[in-house]
This record gives sequence, C-alpha cells and structure tokens, in this order.
Amino acid sequence: MLDIQKIRADFPILHQQVHGKPLIYLDNGATSQKPRAVIDSLVHYYERDNSNVHRGLHALSMRATDAYEGARTRIAKFIHAADPAEIIFTRGTTESINLVARSWGHAHLKPGDIVLTTEIEHHSNLVPWQQAARASGATLTYVPVLGADGEGGLDLAALDRLLTPQVKLFAFTHISNTLGTVNPAAEFCRRARAVGAVTVIDAAQSIGHTPFDVQALGADFVAFSGHKMCGPTGIGVLYGRRALLDQLAPDETGGGMVSQVTYDDARWKPAPERFEAGTPNMADAIALGVACDYLDALGRDRIAAHDAVLAQCAMAKLSTLPGIRIIGPRAGAERSGLVSFAFAEVHAHDIVTFADEDGLALRGGHHCNQPLMRKLGLTGTTRASFYLYNTEEEIDLLVASLRRTVKFFGVT
Amino acid sequence: MSADLTELYQQVILDHNRRPRNRGKLPTANRVAHGDNPTCGDQCSVYLRMDGDRIAEISFDGSGCAISQASASLMTTQIKGKTAPEVQTLYKNFHDIVTTGNAPEEISDLGAFAGVHAFPARIKCATLGWHAAIEAMKSDPMPTTTTESHVD
Repeated sequence: MLDIQKIRADFPILHQQVHGKPLIYLDNGATSQKPRAVIDSLVHYYERDNSNVHRGLHALSMRATDAYEGARTRIAKFIHAADPAEIIFTRGTTESINLVARSWGHAHLKPGDIVLTTEIEHHSNLVPWQQAARASGATLTYVPVLGADGEGGLDLAALDRLLTPQVKLFAFTHISNTLGTVNPAAEFCRRARAVGAVTVIDAAQSIGHTPFDVQALGADFVAFSGHKMCGPTGIGVLYGRRALLDQLAPDETGGGMVSQVTYDDARWKPAPERFEAGTPNMADAIALGVACDYLDALGRDRIAAHDAVLAQCAMAKLSTLPGIRIIGPRAGAERSGLVSFAFAEVHAHDIVTFADEDGLALRGGHHCNQPLMRKLGLTGTTRASFYLYNTEEEIDLLVASLRRTVKFFGVT
Repeated sequence: MSADLTELYQQVILDHNRRPRNRGKLPTANRVAHGDNPTCGDQCSVYLRMDGDRIAEISFDGSGCAISQASASLMTTQIKGKTAPEVQTLYKNFHDIVTTGNAPEEISDLGAFAGVHAFPARIKCATLGWHAAIEAMKSDPMPTTTTESHVD
C-alpha cells in the first residue's frame, strides 16, 4: 500500500487553494505534477552543473555529461532496455513517434505496404502515420474498437485478419488516454512479429503508471513523455531496438551526431547520438532520471494497484449520477486510472467550468481523439484521470460537484 | 455556487441552451459559413437567406457548450432583418459586453452574456456563432434548390 499522505507532502503544487477551495488535481492524463526531488534536480543542475555535454574537457562539462548519460542509463533500467544506446532523448511522445514515422517510414514504406494502427489512438499516434502513408504510397488501416461506448476494447479477431504480410508496421497505444482501455501489448507485439511487422507502442499513459519491460513486451519502438510520469516537460524518450536503430538514418542533422564532416559529405555517429542533433535538453533529461528513481522507490506495481482502486471507486460512484454515459471498459473490467464520461444535456466544457469553481481540475473536450469521438457519437467528454497522490475522498468531492452541476442544468 | 458562475449561467442563457431558437439547417439558405474552436471542439454553422442586403431568414446548427449554443441561438433572434453594417455594430457591442462585463441598459438580452468576461477562456465560445454569421454574410451566394423551410 502507498502512504498517500506522505506522497502528497512530496508535491508542493498540491498544497494550494483554487477559487477558495483545496486543489483537487484530476488531470493527470494531460500532465502529472512534479515531486520536490525532480524540481530540486532542475535547480541543482542550473546552479551547480550547467554546461554543454560531450563537448568540453572542463569539470562542469564532464559533470553535465556524466549526469546526462547517467540519466540515459537510469531510463534504460526503468524500462529494462538491453542497452542504454537504445534510449534516444526527444521532446516527448509526439516527437518520438514522428521520428519513427519519418526516418523508418521513409526508409521502409512503399506503395502496396500497409501501416496498421487502431481506432483509439491519440492524434499523435495517428496523424504521423497518415503523413507517412501519404508520403510513401502505403495504406493506413485501423483495428476497430468494439461496443457503442468502446467498452469492448480492440477487435482481436479483426486484428488477426488485418495483420497480413503486407503490414510493415503496427502502431498502437498501450493505454487509451480517452477510454482507459489497457491493450494486451505483449500479445499485439507477438502477433505483429509473426507477420514480420515492426511495432511502435505509444506508452504515454502507461509508462509512469505500471511496470514496463520492453524486452518482455517484445517491442521494437516505444515512445513516451517525461511530464506524465512526474518528470519535467520538454523531455521524452524513443526506445528503439539496437538492431533497428543501427539501420536507421537520422531525421535531423547537425552538431553532435556526426563522426566526420567534409565540405562534401558527413558520416553519422551510432545511436543514440545519431538521433540527437544539437545541444540536448540536459537539465530535463537528468530530472527525468530522478523521476524514475522516485517512481521506482514507491513501486510501479503499487502505483498501478492504487490507480485501479481509484478507477473502480470512480466507476461505482459516477454511475449513480443521473444521465451519465461512461465510455470505455465496464465496471469491474480492467481499466487504467482514468474515467471519461458525458451527459446528453450538459456539455463537457460547462461541467469543467463548474468543477473548476469547486477546485477540481478536469479535462473536457475531444482529448485529441476526434475520430473516436465521432465514432462514439460524442462531441466531447469530461475526463477524470488519477495518479499516485489522488484519494477516494477526492472522488467523493468530484461526484458531489458533478451532482450539483447536472442538477443546475435540470438533469434528473 | 459562486456569484461569478451564476452571473455566467443566467436564466436567458440556460433557456436558449435548453430550447435553442432557429436551430437546424435552413433549406432556403443562400449563404452558409462554418465556425469551429479546434481546441475545444465546439462547432457552429450559420445559414442565411439574404434578401437584398438584409437577412431574411437565419438558422444555426452545431454542438458545443451552453455558452456557445445559447449565444448562437440568441444571435439568430437579434440579427434577423439586419444588414451587414448593422450586424457589425451589434457584434461590436456584444464583443464589448463579453470582454468588459459592461452591458448598457438598452442592449436587451445580449446583456446576459456580461458574465462571460470573468471567464476569459469562454469568450471564444460566446463569439463563435457571431463569427460564423459575419463570415456567412461575406460569403459568395450559393444556389438553392427548394423554398421549403424546416427551422425548428
């Protein structure tokens, strides 16, 4: 069991009032808050160690380089990568996926090929594949989601039909940011590998919430962001299997990623430097390593269990509200720590405005899932997404606030 | 409930949200424009039948929060029969109301939107329908195939 009060004391931002009410932060699917240790790491870096990496021979440069490469090793351990060189620092999940779509897509996709993704992807794991397919003449195909509320998860029978030898790449989310669905990622990778397709996992919603082992999953590429796992904004990771990275051309070129340059040509360094042109985001990478320490000290298995308790508590209590439509897995079924819901009579933005007055931070809208919203016949939902510092008491306050709001709008 | 919230969600707004006026496609329309707020997903289409330089008929269609839907509904009742310069003047007054919170006495129901000014993120919700209407007035005429009207 996690000691939630002790954890809450680690997060300075939680101890404030919003509109005169204690802040209840339930927008963790968008970004998580940062513990003191991560904030201190950023301050320490800029006050003591700041220098450019890989370039200087002076003390600060060596310190900064050691800390930056130490963070790479720390993150490799966090996801059980075989080699720290498989960790490429990016700005976040979006940049990581774009890097694969452009570099790998450009080298390997041709007319007649199929890129497979799913109907529940965030725009960041959908639009880059549309672009890659368009540029190469490949076709983009979607694994359908089952159920009027998306409660049935992805159609596994359809997946088997769709995974033909023409499929060169299968990109899917580990956890849906809108439905809360947890996809069987290892099974997806196994099936994709059987037809020779490369896999790309969007782990933005799962990486800080559940144990994650890239080798056990059998993933080829994994993309995630630091800021949803207690780390800073502006830093993320692309994990790629070494054998794949070594064949891949860089997407961006410049300083730091070249071994030899003449006026006529340039030769690339091996991964990871090959994919990190320019001065990297040292401070945030180092702080992301600290976030890994923080989460592992608590135990991601315990965080996952806490998320699950909150999700089931929210499902049970929210379902007592008149006129509510909850999308995603039904009560009792596996679900990550988030719940999206809608009321026919009250728009999500009105809900969020009323909740804000009660100190509650919620997300309202299409959650960068416009095609899925359209398929479910929704213009948007309200989402409450939980993390390690949230409590059942906060869910009670959420439900009480929502009850007042729907009553105000005349829903009975 | 805070005073700001009750000021935002006035009875006039709740009424227009619950029972929108002039909602639906206008089959006789000879102008149409579509507006959306990509960040929040609100959408609004405004259909006009221009008779000379005046709006003879108007309707709107779309989805969004109570503020955006009520504002579009109320707008249709306010600009019917008006010319483009008259609509521009009304819109300027409305924009002043939602950005400053000051509503002159003679401004009718539009004053109900004064509470929006305390919620800067919602100003674009209140102005969405107006933008679509102004765009529609500027747009090229489109051919119509029917004279039947189905505004509910």
